[in-house]
Amino acid sequence: MKTARREAWTGRVLLIVLMAATLMPFLSLFVTALHPSGSYPLGLEWPDDPQWGNFATAFTAARMTELLKSSVLIVLGVVPISLVVATMAGFAIGHLRIPGRRIVFVAFLLGLTLPFEGIITPLYYLVRDMGVLNTRWAIILPLIGLFMPFSVFWMRAHFVNMPEELSESARIDGASTWQLFWKVHVPLAAPATSSLAILLFLWTWNQFLLAIVLVDDPLQRTMSGALGAFQGQWGTDIPLLCAGSLLILTPTLLVFLIFQRRFVTALLQGSLKG
Amino acid sequence: MKAAVKRRSGSRWAGWLFVLPAAAFYVVFVIQPLAMTVQYSLYSWDGIGVATWNGVQNYLRVFTDPDLFAAILNAIKLIAFFSAVPVVLGLAIAATIRRIAASRLALVARTVIFLPQVIPLVAAGITWSWLLSSTGLVNQLLSYIGLEGITRAWLGDFSTALPAVGVIGAWVLLGLCTLLLLAGMSKIDPALYEAARLDGAGPLREFVSITLPSLRQEIGVCVTVTVVAALASFDIVYISTQGGPGNASMVPGLEIYYLAFSEREVGLASALAVVLTVLVIACALPIQWLTRDRSS
Repeated sequence: MKTARREAWTGRVLLIVLMAATLMPFLSLFVTALHPSGSYPLGLEWPDDPQWGNFATAFTAARMTELLKSSVLIVLGVVPISLVVATMAGFAIGHLRIPGRRIVFVAFLLGLTLPFEGIITPLYYLVRDMGVLNTRWAIILPLIGLFMPFSVFWMRAHFVNMPEELSESARIDGASTWQLFWKVHVPLAAPATSSLAILLFLWTWNQFLLAIVLVDDPLQRTMSGALGAFQGQWGTDIPLLCAGSLLILTPTLLVFLIFQRRFVTALLQGSLKG
Repeated sequence: MKAAVKRRSGSRWAGWLFVLPAAAFYVVFVIQPLAMTVQYSLYSWDGIGVATWNGVQNYLRVFTDPDLFAAILNAIKLIAFFSAVPVVLGLAIAATIRRIAASRLALVARTVIFLPQVIPLVAAGITWSWLLSSTGLVNQLLSYIGLEGITRAWLGDFSTALPAVGVIGAWVLLGLCTLLLLAGMSKIDPALYEAARLDGAGPLREFVSITLPSLRQEIGVCVTVTVVAALASFDIVYISTQGGPGNASMVPGLEIYYLAFSEREVGLASALAVVLTVLVIACALPIQWLTRDRSS
């Protein structure tokens, strides 16, 4: 009993230390953002005269409204198409048991750990030849392909566990495969697809490499890519850079805090499956 | 009966239509570029003019050019920070907080320690560049505890740039590993621990003979995810050091980017890309195989 209590206390202390270590960088970022623009503050030092206006300055300097719009457009391009296409494929491989499904599935699995840097060079020439270089499509189309192995893998795992009887009875009622898919299976797959949507949203929003290689104009990029450009432009003005970084972080943080339960579960499952 | 069988097998082939769009995206934007990378890697090409056949010359350069090979070694060194630290520390933390995993504090902590996993890596890079700079929080804390002697611009120093990048990676990945391992521990039958206690086992013994073996799969996942993150690191390095100072923190991902888009050595960049891809798969597959095999 005594040991149990002692362990509980060490556990609590450890948790608090861990949370502090996680939050300290954000705190430092926040405090620094309040110093006068262009000054060289110390790491963690409350300013004499907090400059809340820095956030407004950074908001205009980073052109946040346009950035938000661009990121949202890219997410709207990637996530719905990926979901529909991957759900269909997962359904066919996991539930319809199409001939040759093993080979198809293994072919998708091969792409699961592929580093994006491995194909970024030809992607540039490919996207250029398609005529979409420097547009948002240059990020959207390749990302759908790059996320496909995981998405198919994820949806197959759902459909493999769907009982055969479910489809049998729908077929007896005269449903075609297409109707069976949309009317019976898509609604039942909602938990799997919504978790997948969360993961795809996050990975698209945070995508950096494709954004900086395939799109020159920061305003056509994802939030991450724009942050990279912002650092290049304002890198010497530390308080402003900190304010800008915090602003650019905020949308993901908000979405995370609203859907935190689902996020944590989805990400944990996502890494377990991947 | 026969008609039914025929209809069924007919509809099974029709199922291929459902796979087609996914396969199309995958083939066009992943398989095709992958094949192109292999093809480019055998040529000498500046991205504009005519490409000339180069055989395996590019690969020879990857392994003999000290700068290029150093980048590969750096990626392997980063594994110590990206993988070893989060997995070992994560195991220790998860084992310690296992008993209070359902408490209020632990629920709040779950959200908090997940934050680094949610924010863009670029943001983590910018934040830590500031923390590790000469006037940053890290040096401030070191001076506070009397270690002024070792303060420096951690990311700008030849001997500390790579470890400093590693620290950023460890910070990003620690929360994910801890939560994954904790989730794994919650699936272990508590009766096992009670039995061990009755037999007089201490916390350490418990950990070695019950916790570790049961977490085989979770540890495998943590190691795979973090090793891949180390080998294929790009965002953090690009933002915090750009591979510098000199070449001290250069990694293959960043080198590929520079070679292909600044130095116009598309062939060489592609050879390095092939090597990186093979390295990642060669590391990920055995770990998966080793840790998954027995349970299924």
